[in-house]
Amino acid sequence: MHELSIAMGIVDAAVDESQRRGVHVSAVHLRLGALSGVVKDALMFSYEVACQDTALQGSQLIVEDVPVIVFCPQCQQERKLASVQLFSCPECGLPTMDVRHGKELEVFALEVSE
Amino acid sequence: MSEPRLVEVRRNVLKQNDVIARALREQFRSAGVFVVSLVSSPGAGKTMFLEKTLTQLQPRYRVAALVGDLATENDAVRLARSKAPVKQITTGTLCHLEAAMVQNALCDWDLNTLDFLFIENVGNLVCPSSYDLGENLRLVLMSVTEGEDKPLKYPTIFNSADVAVVTKNELADAVEFDWNAARTSIQAVRPGMQIFRLSAKTGAGMEEYLSFLVQQLAEQRAVAHI
Ligand SMILES: Nc1nc2c(ncn2[C@@H]2O[C@H](COP(=O)(O)OP(=O)(O)OP(=O)(O)O)[C@@H](O)[C@H]2O)c(=O)[nH]1
Ligand SMILES: [Mg+2]
Ligand SMILES: [Zn+2]
Repeated sequence: MHELSIAMGIVDAAVDESQRRGVHVSAVHLRLGALSGVVKDALMFSYEVACQDTALQGSQLIVEDVPVIVFCPQCQQERKLASVQLFSCPECGLPTMDVRHGKELEVFALEVSE
Repeated sequence: MSEPRLVEVRRNVLKQNDVIARALREQFRSAGVFVVSLVSSPGAGKTMFLEKTLTQLQPRYRVAALVGDLATENDAVRLARSKAPVKQITTGTLCHLEAAMVQNALCDWDLNTLDFLFIENVGNLVCPSSYDLGENLRLVLMSVTEGEDKPLKYPTIFNSADVAVVTKNELADAVEFDWNAARTSIQAVRPGMQIFRLSAKTGAGMEEYLSFLVQQLAEQRAVAHI
């Protein structure tokens, strides 16, 4: 399980932002790709542990799941995969490895107060 | 306290790892060394496969290996039998290697004296997928004894790999391994991935994979003009 070290990375990034901006952080918004290799439930649990004794203690982790979006060269369009077990265009069936989204592991916003 | 407001920050959580991995990749390119990382479930056969790889490349190429292990040095001891330089990275409680560990392990090695560097990751099909190690090729290993649907159970790591090796092939008949089903599941999660089918134990099939590696090294050097 590597979710604890990922959670610590999230907390570090948020603490750093809160110090630089001189604000209090009450929630962290995370974009989590289906191909990030991170298990959401384990991350939610680890987040609480990682927040202990930091300025983020008591804050909330809000996760936005990002599905896998590929580019289909036949349809010439971005398509959402039906499943991470099948890297083929859901419309025309063409296999594709042109992944445009789904690897995200990004702190994209913070809920802050002065 | 004022009303909470939302500020956009956009920070990649793995940025630190990615930055080190990028630096490593550049270091490998300029040294002209081709770097292969190995991932698989525990016991799939990475160490035996790597020992054979080192031994067979050794007469003609300068090879070395790093091996990640939670606690023991057993794999490093086994690999050292090939007479290649081998270094152990003990990860402790960490279930995967990170770029910084590779960087630390390499700090007293001269990469210019190497043709191939192999990195055996910790046996784990989940955690290593998130961490770029700066490798040129990520090789995912599965053995015929683990079932044909491993790729469907662990799509993320198979998708992140560049080539697949199906090993312990001399046991295929005994376990009624369905080669077509295995190939179909690999191709479903990673379309177009090249697959080598071999036995590290008997050596059958190693030749084709070794020539592939040699060709990869030549291509990398052609691109880097070394
Ligand atoms: N029959 C057979 N056994 C093999 C082959 N390759 C490895 N093994 C055996 O499989 C077991 C595990 O092999 P290792 O090489 O230690 O596997 P590993 O993936 O390095 O294991 P961890 O580092 O613990 O994850 C050992 O008993 C090996 O002797 C093979 O090609 N055929
Ligand atoms: Mg091993
Ligand atoms: Zn299509």
